Amino acid sequence: MELLLVSLLNGLVYGMLLFMLASGLTLIFSMMGVLNFAHASIYMLGAYFAYDVSRHLGFWPALVLAPALCGLLGALIEMHGLRRVHRNGHIAELLFTFGLAFIIEKAVQMIWGLLPVPYRVPAALDRTLFHVYGTNFPAYRGFMLLVSALMFLAIWLMLTRTRMGLVIQAALTHPEMVGALGHNVPRVFTTVFAGGCALAGLAGVIGGNYLVTEPSMAFTMGPIVFVVVVFGGLGSLAGCFIASLIMGFVQTFAVVLEYSLADALAAVGIKITASTPLAELLTIPLPRIGALLPFVMLIVILLFRPRGLMGTRDT
Amino acid sequence: MIKPCRWKAFTLALAATLALAAGDAFAEGNIKVAYTDPLSGPFAQVGDQNLQQLRYIIDWVNGRGGALGRKFELVAFDNKSQPSDALLALKSATDQNMPFIMQCSGSNIAAALIEAVDKHNERNPDNRIIYVNCGAVATELTNEKCSYWHYRMDAHVGMKAETMVRALPKDVTRVYLLNQDYLFGQSVQRDVKTFLAKLRPDVKVVGDELIPVGKVKDFSPYVSKIKASGAQALLTGNWGPDMTLLIKAGMDAGLDIRYYTMYAHLGGGATAIGPQGNGKVRSIMAFHENIAVETGKTDTEGWTRQFRTQHKFDFYAAGFRTIFEFLQAAINKAGSTDPNKIAAALEGLTITDLLGHQVTMRKDDHQILSEYFVGVFTKGVKYDSEGTGLGWKTEVTVPAKDLDQPNTCKMKRPT
Amino acid sequence: MNETLAHPGTRPVATAGLAGFLQRHGAWILALAVALVLPWLFYDWSRARHSGFVVAMLSQMSMMAIFALSYNMQMGQAGLLSFGHAVFFGLGGYCTAHVLNAVKEGTFWLPTELVPLAGGLGGLAFAMVFGYVATKQRATAFAMITLGIGELVTACALMFKTFFGGEGGVSTNRMIGTSLFGLGYGPGIQVYYLIVAWTVIAIALMHLLTRTPLGRMANACRDNYERAQFVGYDPSMVRFVQFTLSGFFAGIAGALYALTYEIVTFDAVAGAMSANALLMTYIGGVGVFAGPVVGAVLITLLQSWVSLLSNSWLVYVGLLFILMVTFAPGGIAGLIAMHDPIWRSKRLGRLAVPYARVLVPGLIAVAGFVLLVELCSFLTIGAAQGKSFKLSGLTIDPQRPGAWLVGGALLALGGLGLWREGRGFRAVWESLMEEIKAAGRA
Repeated sequence: MELLLVSLLNGLVYGMLLFMLASGLTLIFSMMGVLNFAHASIYMLGAYFAYDVSRHLGFWPALVLAPALCGLLGALIEMHGLRRVHRNGHIAELLFTFGLAFIIEKAVQMIWGLLPVPYRVPAALDRTLFHVYGTNFPAYRGFMLLVSALMFLAIWLMLTRTRMGLVIQAALTHPEMVGALGHNVPRVFTTVFAGGCALAGLAGVIGGNYLVTEPSMAFTMGPIVFVVVVFGGLGSLAGCFIASLIMGFVQTFAVVLEYSLADALAAVGIKITASTPLAELLTIPLPRIGALLPFVMLIVILLFRPRGLMGTRDT
Repeated sequence: MIKPCRWKAFTLALAATLALAAGDAFAEGNIKVAYTDPLSGPFAQVGDQNLQQLRYIIDWVNGRGGALGRKFELVAFDNKSQPSDALLALKSATDQNMPFIMQCSGSNIAAALIEAVDKHNERNPDNRIIYVNCGAVATELTNEKCSYWHYRMDAHVGMKAETMVRALPKDVTRVYLLNQDYLFGQSVQRDVKTFLAKLRPDVKVVGDELIPVGKVKDFSPYVSKIKASGAQALLTGNWGPDMTLLIKAGMDAGLDIRYYTMYAHLGGGATAIGPQGNGKVRSIMAFHENIAVETGKTDTEGWTRQFRTQHKFDFYAAGFRTIFEFLQAAINKAGSTDPNKIAAALEGLTITDLLGHQVTMRKDDHQILSEYFVGVFTKGVKYDSEGTGLGWKTEVTVPAKDLDQPNTCKMKRPT
Repeated sequence: MNETLAHPGTRPVATAGLAGFLQRHGAWILALAVALVLPWLFYDWSRARHSGFVVAMLSQMSMMAIFALSYNMQMGQAGLLSFGHAVFFGLGGYCTAHVLNAVKEGTFWLPTELVPLAGGLGGLAFAMVFGYVATKQRATAFAMITLGIGELVTACALMFKTFFGGEGGVSTNRMIGTSLFGLGYGPGIQVYYLIVAWTVIAIALMHLLTRTPLGRMANACRDNYERAQFVGYDPSMVRFVQFTLSGFFAGIAGALYALTYEIVTFDAVAGAMSANALLMTYIGGVGVFAGPVVGAVLITLLQSWVSLLSNSWLVYVGLLFILMVTFAPGGIAGLIAMHDPIWRSKRLGRLAVPYARVLVPGLIAVAGFVLLVELCSFLTIGAAQGKSFKLSGLTIDPQRPGAWLVGGALLALGGLGLWREGRGFRAVWESLMEEIKAAGRA
């Protein structure tokens, strides 16, 4: 019971961090069909900007400024880069962002150096919120949950209650039709791209001091974000939310459940010994492969439901 | 169709490069040491910091006359963490008849290099090269995979594991093991359990985990398990984010435990752990800047302090100075820079290192035997790490003779 | 994507027989001759041995050429973007390493010259297994499945020791003494010639494949998925077969890797190697058959040579990639292929002067950019490494504004000049094309 509750909390926090990162990418992907490889790089830039800003102005201004800077950068990338590449097709756009990821990583190394930077949790939040069966639940994690929940609420409100949001929603599922109706689709695209980058930047601000801020953080965070986005499905923010939580819980619970395929087979009466072929594979306990399960789940869902969990469009 | 002029341009370019490279090899009779490590990409910091410390050390050694009156010269090759690039670097080194190749990071690259050096030396007896291993610690490299031409200048995993076990205080009886799921982490897991059984049979292993390398971002579920097990110490060989995130998660959750690591003292560790690690985090290391203060060796202290003021990070690679002191002594003893003679002189050699201890290059397996330390990350030391205000203080010193472990090396010696 | 398939088969064959053969494949034959002769240009006469570095680098170029061509079978010809192609390269390499070890122990016999076939068959087998899963989908879903497979295989390669040898990998010895020609394959040059032979075979086979019904249907599925179904072939079956054959050739490349380096580690299946395939193929050109070969040669040169000169080689590769994607999606070979009609109508000479006029400001701009990047990199990284910034003998101090101003000025001037001359070049080009079209109609 204790383990269940603690794991639920842990899974929730991790899932919400994934959501913060993946939500921007889902919007961009659904709208423009571009799988933005540089999304995790923008996340990294958000963390670094926050580090610099918080050194001079403090954490709370950084919370606003860093995402704004990332959004601005995203707008510039879209207007001067992606728009030009758009006529060469989706694959060309994807490759463009791929090259961009390389350059951003190197630029970060050149500007801030190769080592991790001391971007820390602000003192106001650096204490324990409450205790769960003897384990501390840090206030900062509570803050993370709060920010991600607020963010989800804000996006949902904007998409369903504002005019721009309605246009975006329409463009998410029927981009050509929206253009035919006379809306300035390129401007909508730029806005969404910038917004997506701002969200990634916000995730960076929040996550950078929770995790470690270093040049390779984009490279390590990248794959799991793609998994979440594709798993959740195109065109659906709710799908992204559910997928993030599922991935968070799967990875968390996999760690605490000490079973393996051999145990499952033993339950139906098949015994595995050291000499059974593939014994090495069958006796792997779940915790060892916990972080790989998202990829397995991705492959499985793409086989049977290529739209993803709640996708409204085919890829 | 490929235009012929494209090939011409390519040929010219290659010719130019090789003219440059060839020209270098015959310059001033320096003793060239090829050095390969990741200098770009996600692990660039490792190679970069090593390079800075190596250059500082070489300048110092050259200032003391080098070897046989000739200076050492370091030639760096970026291997981008790929074994194939390290092997290309080896080819470049042998093309220029360099007597040494050095490599510090990555047991996969080290394994590739040992085999390649062996095969090259066997197939080209007139152009041999010595492989100086400055940091690839997998135990197999001086046991099953040992080679006459390979000299390991850092304690291997087995020795570090034994140091870790020896550092456990008497009142710690329940430990938790958490390691990365690949050759290195699996070696740590196996060796720690072996030495616990041998040296501390009173200690119970209450948890034993393997995690996929570099994939886990959220360690809080692991921390819950550790807490539930009631462990008093966490023993881990993790490096990089796998180590820092684990420790951060543990401290965030308020885990009252001792952390024993192998890499917390390297670049980035202190920054990532921060002041909340005070008194909790320990690391197994060959050197830290406060040992000289503790043992009163003022000349060594001054030497490392000078490095600190010139560069922006702490000096941890005293082992590199020991390497060059060994090379210097071996070349002087052999009276030549012929790798065959240097190799014969190097094995079995004993020198005194910068802390005044006797260090031996063991003949059976070409493994270095030197003292090892366990430091605790704490306030109140003279030299802090990475500007955090906290630094390393020696908790336990394990003398070299205690680490003289048996080995299974069946070394094939050249006739 | 706007590709032109500059295919020898589509050009009208003017002469038959040997002359015709030479005319069609002249460039390939020349390339082969250069490949055979090149190591001797770098022969160290004073020590009577080949330059190990050059031979190894040329071997690397050849095996990467096969790897990139096999990747293009998926990307350029079938429209399948894969992020896990290195899986078949690496698994082919592992299989080869195990086969070599088995031959050495005596449990198996295979002539050394046929060893790459073992790698190819290994790659084929795994491609069938993974391809069955992956080719059920196409486009983005396919790409993500291959990404997932790549990540899983890399993780497995680190975890399991029986097949993958863990972190240390599987090491082997290519001197197994079963050569059909009595060669030992100890010296790198012998292995290089074996690699060149296999490269020729692989390229010939892959080229042949593009002209089979399978190759044509793969193109059709890429161009218009729905219409291809109407022709009567099952597109997913076409994708599957193309995928497995591409895995076969990747496995051959992996086998050559195992022979050259005599060790295969998890890096051979990792994402970085897959990214390499993508880079090489795209920069070389996906629309032209020889494109990936050009890309392989160029990228290997950049990685092995430029990385010796500068730590910022990744910036240059990334920027080159972005420029290609934005302005020249056909890649380098695509750019060259665009000159085809001009060459055939013998008007190429008219471009000499416009090219020179564009090249000069272009080079100036590049020089300025490189200078700025190197200065920037030097400030944060290089300086600490103890190198001093030397440019053809002059020591430059990055702290002083002088070099920065020079770099900025070069970039600005070069950029302006490039823009102006670019407009002029475009005008000349378009007028040439008009001329040719008019001449063609006449």
